Amino acid sequence: MSTSTLVTLPDQSTAKIPKVNFLNQENGLLSWILTLDHKRIAILYLITTVFFFMIGGAAAAVIRLELLTPAGDLVAADTYNKLFSIHGIIMVFFFLVPIAPAVLGNFLIPLMIGARDVALPRVNLLSWYLFVIGGCFELYMIIFGGVDTGWTFTTPLSTHYVNTHVVGAAMGIFIAGFSSILTGINFIVTIHKMRAPGMTWFRLPLFIWSFYATSIIFVLATPVIAIAMVLIVLERVVGIGVFDPARGGDPILFQHLFWFYSHPAVYVMILPGMGVISEVVSTFSRKRVFGYTAVAFSSVAIAVFSFFVWAHHMFIMGISNYSALVFSLMTMLVAVPSAIKVFNWSATMYKGSIHFDTPMIYTLGFLGLFTIGGLTGVFLATLGMDIHLTETYFIVAHFHYVMVGGMVSALMAGIHFWWPKITGRMYPESLGRLAAIILFIGFNLTFFPQFILGYLGMPRRYWSYPPEFQVLNVFSSAGATILAIGYLLPFLYLPWSITYGEIAGSNPWKATGLEWQTQSPPLMENFPEIPIMDHEAYDYDWLERHQQEVASV
Amino acid sequence: MNYISPVLWQFLRKWLTHFALFPPEASKMASQMDALFFFLVLVSLVGLTVVVLIVVGSSMAYHHRRHPQAVQIEGSTLLEATWTIIPLGLFLVMFVWGALLYFRVYTPPANAMNIYVVGKQWMWKAEHPGGQHEIDALHVPIGRPIQLTLISQDVFHSFSIPAFRVKREAIPGRYTSVWFEATQVGTYHLFCTQYCGTNHSQMIGEVVVMTPDDYQKWLAGSTSGDSLAQDGERLFASLSCNACHNPTAAARGPNLVGVYGSHLTLTSGQTITVDEAYLRSAILDPSEHVTQGYAPIMPTYQGQVSEEGVIALVEYIKNLNSDYRIQQTLNTTGFSPNIEEKQAPAGKATAAPGEVKQ
Repeated sequence: MSTSTLVTLPDQSTAKIPKVNFLNQENGLLSWILTLDHKRIAILYLITTVFFFMIGGAAAAVIRLELLTPAGDLVAADTYNKLFSIHGIIMVFFFLVPIAPAVLGNFLIPLMIGARDVALPRVNLLSWYLFVIGGCFELYMIIFGGVDTGWTFTTPLSTHYVNTHVVGAAMGIFIAGFSSILTGINFIVTIHKMRAPGMTWFRLPLFIWSFYATSIIFVLATPVIAIAMVLIVLERVVGIGVFDPARGGDPILFQHLFWFYSHPAVYVMILPGMGVISEVVSTFSRKRVFGYTAVAFSSVAIAVFSFFVWAHHMFIMGISNYSALVFSLMTMLVAVPSAIKVFNWSATMYKGSIHFDTPMIYTLGFLGLFTIGGLTGVFLATLGMDIHLTETYFIVAHFHYVMVGGMVSALMAGIHFWWPKITGRMYPESLGRLAAIILFIGFNLTFFPQFILGYLGMPRRYWSYPPEFQVLNVFSSAGATILAIGYLLPFLYLPWSITYGEIAGSNPWKATGLEWQTQSPPLMENFPEIPIMDHEAYDYDWLERHQQEVASV
Repeated sequence: MNYISPVLWQFLRKWLTHFALFPPEASKMASQMDALFFFLVLVSLVGLTVVVLIVVGSSMAYHHRRHPQAVQIEGSTLLEATWTIIPLGLFLVMFVWGALLYFRVYTPPANAMNIYVVGKQWMWKAEHPGGQHEIDALHVPIGRPIQLTLISQDVFHSFSIPAFRVKREAIPGRYTSVWFEATQVGTYHLFCTQYCGTNHSQMIGEVVVMTPDDYQKWLAGSTSGDSLAQDGERLFASLSCNACHNPTAAARGPNLVGVYGSHLTLTSGQTITVDEAYLRSAILDPSEHVTQGYAPIMPTYQGQVSEEGVIALVEYIKNLNSDYRIQQTLNTTGFSPNIEEKQAPAGKATAAPGEVKQ
């Protein structure tokens, strides 16, 4: 079935900011911190996660500055160790894991499925408070001396050999974990129970499928990290000896527990990004996503397979050679759905009518960076190769390509895409595109040299390094400066646009999702009346007819 | 060049002459690993090129000004099957190739020379069978398989020699092993790659690869006088192990002659093969490793013997065959790998019939 679609953009000049919307319906600080509205909670999350991103980013800046020279000369070794530990803990547990589900998911899931709110609004607010309490533990930990275990808390180093604030850091993660679990439960219930009439599973936007997969991981994996963190605390405080070989404990057990969460968590970080990319590619190609079912099921497949690959972090740690075989094979299999997605997104652009607005530029960057990140992941899944590459900068480069190149690009695409919906106003388009291009260039310059450093054997988490590695490290640090500019630009123009940006209107991109068929910013109750879904997702012909109907009314 | 400041110019020159892009290949494994690496790079480049071609091609051909009307395509089962099966096939090739290499790196050959390496915050201590000790350095000859038996005394460490493309975690409380055969004389980096605390980045050293002749000279010049097994013998006596573990009929513990490599039945009913790891656990945690027919009376030596001490004891018990004393001479300066090679099969021969029957 192929039909042609010509979609004309709505007239922007007559658009007005609606008099009543969720931003101004209630006023005062209390109306925000006690709100039950999913859109306001999303904004609370946005502010808190961006705050943590700045802390993690500042730590990264000092790390790159230290690595300009081979000698450890800017900060002390202990300080350096604390910096990369804080960078890792904050960026993983307080930025990457929560930002996409809790910000984009919270704001968009009810709007996209045609609901007035999430199923459990009070639980939603509670999860934000838990997140903030967990975050306060981390802030306390940072202010009163930091932690130097790395974000991986490897035992017995973290339990018996360091004297920093491990307990504080672990408790922060423990508490924030409940926030993840509650968010996951909330989304699952919402997606099952709150869909608008006519919104069948296969009419859902692909964004919803990937957030559903994310929520499953949240609910099933997070309890395990919670247990691991509690055991760390008990081991330090009471000395129960579960991880202590001197008492018959097994330090490798911790690694199993830790990675049983932390590997699926990687997909918690990337799956929402994949959801964003599906929406953006379709909208800016004015074309339905190529192979809807394959993309939907590959999200679910990733979520399922992600639970059976954790020991690929331990190939050199003396796990049995045969279990290494199984985990390597499973890791190869989990790479396949990601490959399918990349090809399907690329094919979506074929014979589209492509617009290169800011979200699309970020998406093109995502496709390139995520492909590199994914393929280098296959290097690491290959058993023999992993022996040489693991624990080096190759790993660092690989997961930054996926997490920063992939996820942060997708996140930026998402924030720029839905910004007009959230605020009702447009940002300066040329600055947006410039920031997207700077981010892409800066990112590659920062992290590509690290692949070469990794193959040379430069170990990760090194405060000083042999002098022949300096040239590549200088490239990397120089790239980090450019990358920082790419991040800072949106920090300037997005807040500016809240007051001075052009008024967006309800559907500036001509997107098909239900969230675009209501006013921007939406009402507190999202829709004046619950919409009835009578067409498939990404149906641009329906949109055309719908626009004409609205115009004639 | 007068528009570049001389300092900057010197700096740039120093850079360009000290600039590594690819690690040296100094072991038999290195070239095999690199072949796999280049295959992976090639496949990745092809995959990336396909994606970039589709994306950039579509971007140019279907820009909205040139192509104002999108053509709605639902999907194509055939195409999707293609880009599922081809990557899957390639991934499976990588999996098999990688698995073969992995088993090779972590399965030391029987004739490998064993060197013990103990990791501790923040140094590496290598113990050669002839009793030579070295810190943050490892001297090895070319053309001979070397097995490293690793253990950590405190936290996780990881022993990495990029020029050999091998790496293995040193774990507290457990032996791990890796092997290599050096092919190029030279000095190479040795790194700890598992984050291990404050001075992680100072836990580095040098691997010195020498010709066999130079290696013999180095062995002779570095010996402490006693072999590892002799150190172990002394420890065995001073800890009074021989009070119970002796060949007399009244002995309260099993006779250890020829025990290495044999099959034991424990009181738990389990049958095990005696290897280094078993000997180590039997010394440190004897109550869990009682040979069938003996009373669980041995006290634990946890905390009383250092990892180096355990290694010496293990090495002593390994070499304990009936004519052990005759073979040993106090002067170990003449230790050569050849002698050990002759010993190894002899040890196995005595061990095979030495299955303990109870």
